[in-house]
Amino acid sequence: MPKLLSGAEIVFKALEDQKVDYIFGYPGGAVLPIYDELKNHKSIKHILARHEQGAGHSAEGYARSSGKPGVLLVTSGPGATNAVTALTDAYMDSIPLVCISGQVPTHLIGTDAFQECDTTGITRPCTKHNWLVKDVNDLSRVLHLAFEVATTGRPGPVLVDIPKDIQFKKGKYKFFKNILKKKLNGKATHKISNSELDKFIDLIKKSSKPIFYTGGGVINSGPEASKYLRELVSLTGFPITSTLQGLGAYPGDDPQFLGMLGMHGTYEANNAMHDCDLMINIGARFDDRITGKVDEFSPGSKKIHVDIDPSSIGKNIKVDLAIVSDVTTLLKSLIKRFKEKNKNFVSSNKQKTSKWWEQIGIWREKKSLNFINSDKIIKPQHAVQRLYELTKNQDTFVTTEVGQHQMWAAQHYKFNKPNRWMTSGGLGTMGYGLPAAIGVQIANPGKLVVDIAGEASVLMTMQEMSTAVQYRLPIKIFILNNEYMGMVRQWQELLHEKNYSESYTAALPDFVKLAESYGCVGIRAKTPNELDEKIKEMISVDRPVIFDCVVDKGENCFPMIPSGKPHNQMILGPEEEEEISDEGKVLV
Amino acid sequence: MAKSKSAYSAPGKIGKIERHIIVVWVDNEAGVLARIAGLFSGRGYNIESLAVAEVDKKKHISRITIVTEGTPQVIEQINLQLRKLVPVHKVADFKRGEKDILFRELAMFKILGNSKKLEKVKKICKRFNPVVLDKTNKSVVIQVTALRAEIDKLALDLKSLGLISTSRTGAVAMTKGSKIFN
Repeated sequence: MPKLLSGAEIVFKALEDQKVDYIFGYPGGAVLPIYDELKNHKSIKHILARHEQGAGHSAEGYARSSGKPGVLLVTSGPGATNAVTALTDAYMDSIPLVCISGQVPTHLIGTDAFQECDTTGITRPCTKHNWLVKDVNDLSRVLHLAFEVATTGRPGPVLVDIPKDIQFKKGKYKFFKNILKKKLNGKATHKISNSELDKFIDLIKKSSKPIFYTGGGVINSGPEASKYLRELVSLTGFPITSTLQGLGAYPGDDPQFLGMLGMHGTYEANNAMHDCDLMINIGARFDDRITGKVDEFSPGSKKIHVDIDPSSIGKNIKVDLAIVSDVTTLLKSLIKRFKEKNKNFVSSNKQKTSKWWEQIGIWREKKSLNFINSDKIIKPQHAVQRLYELTKNQDTFVTTEVGQHQMWAAQHYKFNKPNRWMTSGGLGTMGYGLPAAIGVQIANPGKLVVDIAGEASVLMTMQEMSTAVQYRLPIKIFILNNEYMGMVRQWQELLHEKNYSESYTAALPDFVKLAESYGCVGIRAKTPNELDEKIKEMISVDRPVIFDCVVDKGENCFPMIPSGKPHNQMILGPEEEEEISDEGKVLV
Repeated sequence: MAKSKSAYSAPGKIGKIERHIIVVWVDNEAGVLARIAGLFSGRGYNIESLAVAEVDKKKHISRITIVTEGTPQVIEQINLQLRKLVPVHKVADFKRGEKDILFRELAMFKILGNSKKLEKVKKICKRFNPVVLDKTNKSVVIQVTALRAEIDKLALDLKSLGLISTSRTGAVAMTKGSKIFN
């Protein structure tokens, strides 16, 4: 007879078999048996957060920068509800997370016991799947299935709710593999046929105004996908643009790269998307920040959509060729087939696309990311550019919070590798970047990790600075401090007659002193001429740093597709700001 | 229609609304109905009627029949989203009015009245496989199986004949001939 293990032992056995190195969490009454067992498992290190949301975002940062699932351990009731934001964030951005939550003992479930909540009920819409384990003999199967669901197909968060009595009870342990087998569950079981590939190649050959539009799916598919993407883009000679989540899959400084597209994307990328005759969407989901009004989205183009999630295809935009596949698998076979018959495609096709490239050149001349710099006050875009110039020579990981600073980071920081850029895109969670940076630093010791932040966002999870200090994680919190919720202020300026309702923070902490009180280093830059020196100082400090970069309070993020304008008419700068129609104002 | 000039979140053209019957095979486990119902409410889909019961006692498989309405795009999304749920085994989708599909709903009516009136009731129900489940000298409980619209009409007709209580199931569906859903 196999040795019987307690539920808590089974949890760790399963984590060990899943090769988990780190768990992020916060203890509490209903998970105490699991925390008690922690000491017996030296290969698993626990990172104590200061709030379960912070633990969740750290697990996300860990997952996104390492390619492994993030593991989160929280208690019942408030522990679980605090994790909900992070779970929803991971759900929207397709990040594999396994959340283990304690629950009140089974005999108390449904009695409104202390720290009881319907955790599986609450997290049902923000996880790929969740389980309440009522029998200890189900526990090992459920835990292994949880890892499988989180990491296969389109990745995402899962939750396993374990009542306290189950953590104590003895049961059998078994390592389960491939439980899902042939079940679809968003997992691509589809085999790519040659006829699909030939259609794909045929569309490529017929096109004279093509564009690649790539997204987070390329990153999620693994580093190989980026390699193949670069090969395909160079084989075809086509221009490429990327979504916010896809940045880094293709080198940001390559001449074929048009920059990010969408609401705050570049002029050339958005116009090329609008006017193209072939759009090749690889691992992106036609999000509303990209498409704008769907009826007028890229009206004249044939569209190819590659996505691992069948429900992403045809959801927002009808396409001409849909391929349900993992990006790596598809690109690998596509490149192979393409090379067989089209050895000299780039040179033979040059003439066909030369007019298109000319047009792109004209759009590029608008230099839509330009801004009016100042020698008296630090412009936020300038700060991001300087940060980029001073950190590009080392392997730097960047996280962000949400708002203007996030868009400036996406526009002005150029990424050359995948898994270096961690931002909350789908849910848009302010407070994401600081805890995410902690997870990134855990997964990448010795590397430079910078959270490009806003002062409003970063205060939402500032308590996690204490975590960074405890584990000696030298993360750099680079705050573009304009004292406003900048994006809210910008929308109020453009859409609400400059009625800056509640978007100004009148009593901010002194970030340098705040840093000192946490036991880390505080640096402040107030003028452009001291900026470089201060950034260099920040990089050279081998401790966590809060960098208070005092920037222009009134700066807006451009270019922008404003509400009330068609997709190919962007506002490029402050001189072009116009009245926005009443109709446009009601839209988000 | 006046054109909306907005670039963001402006509703696109709305396609034609169709009524569909969606059959879902699921593991009969705790919370599975909440997952299905939550998917519909969370994404703004309609549920007109719902019928659920375990059909395989050994494998614990339940068969859920959902009647819903939506544009072809929405119906496609419903199908694809349902397939992503872990406890879902398979999904079948039929347009209302398809020829080789059978639909039935069951209804029970309680009617008060004298024997003369009750005779009339039986006559009206005749076309819909009536079964008298209970009878006293002043009441009758009668069961019929029919299509939704037929039951709607029947209930209306019975109102004047003393109908005091109605209980109805959601629709269930099955293919004609030797074919089964796949």
